[in-house]
Amino acid sequence: MITCKRFLEELGAFLDEQTAPELRKELENHLSECPNCWVVTDTTKKTIKVYKGMDPYPISGELHNKLLLALTRVSRREKPEVPTDSVSTEAEA
Amino acid sequence: MASITSQAGFNETPLVTKARQGDLAAFTQLVEKYEGKIFRLARHITNSQEDAEDVLQETFLKAYEHLGEFQGNSKFYTWIVRIAVNESLMKLRKRKSDRSVSLDEQIDTGEDVIAREIAVWEDNPEDQYSQSELREILDEAVKSLPPIFRSVFVLRDIEELSSEETAEILNLTVPAVKSRLLRARLKLREKLTRYFKRKGDDIFDYL
Repeated sequence: MITCKRFLEELGAFLDEQTAPELRKELENHLSECPNCWVVTDTTKKTIKVYKGMDPYPISGELHNKLLLALTRVSRREKPEVPTDSVSTEAEA
Repeated sequence: MASITSQAGFNETPLVTKARQGDLAAFTQLVEKYEGKIFRLARHITNSQEDAEDVLQETFLKAYEHLGEFQGNSKFYTWIVRIAVNESLMKLRKRKSDRSVSLDEQIDTGEDVIAREIAVWEDNPEDQYSQSELREILDEAVKSLPPIFRSVFVLRDIEELSSEETAEILNLTVPAVKSRLLRARLKLREKLTRYFKRKGDDIFDYL
C-alpha cells in the first residue's frame, strides 16, 4: 500500500519513467485512488512542459556581434575585451 | 573523436574538428547554434541580463581558447554548458548579496517532500498569457529557487541534459541531482499554481 508521502518521494522517478514496473504499477494504482496526488502529478507534469516549451532568450544583434568581434580578436592572438573580473580556471576541467 | 550527433540531428563533430584546427568560421557556426541556449542558461542561473551577457562572451572565448583540451568524450554542447555553469556560479559568488552561494553548501535536500497547494490547472495553462507575460512568470518562479536547485532544474528540465551529465557538470552525485530536481519541480509547481489554476477551483490544505 503506497502512502501519499511515499508517492511524492517517488514522483521524480515516476515522471522520468525510471521506476521499476512493479513499483510503477503500485504508484499508478495510488494515483487512480488519490485525487490530491493526481493533481500534484498533473500540475508537476505541466510545470515541466511549460518550461520545456520556452523559447531561448533572444540575443540582440549587438550582443552577437560583440561576441564575434571578441572571438576574431582572440583568433588573431590579440587581447580580447574580457571583463576584468574574469579569472576563472574551473571551466578548463 | 567519435561522431556525435545532438540537438535534433545537428552533427557538431566536423565543425568541432575544423574549429580545433583554428577555423573560426566553423567555430562561429557552433556559436550560432548554441548561443541562445547558453544565454538562457546563464540568464536563469545569474538572474541578471548583464551577468548573462558577460557569461555568454566568457564561455565562448574560453571554449575557443581551450578547444585543444576538449577530448571529445562528451558532447561539445555539454562541455560548453559546463564552462557556462562555472562562469555563472562565479558571478553569483562575486555578488556581495550572494556570498554564500556554493555547490557544497548545506541545503534542505528534500528528505521530507511535501506539497502544500493543490488546485487543478487549466489544460494548457500557458495559453492564458502572452509570450512576454509567460516568460516573466516563469522567470520569477525560477528566480525564487535557491541557486543549486535552480542550476539542477535548468540543466535537467530546460536544457534537457541527463541526470548523469548534470551530476558531472555540477559535481554532485546522481541521487543528489534527482532529489534536488524533484524539490525544484515541486517548488515551481507551487509558485505557478496561483497563475495557472483553473478559475473557480479552491485551493485546500494537503498533508
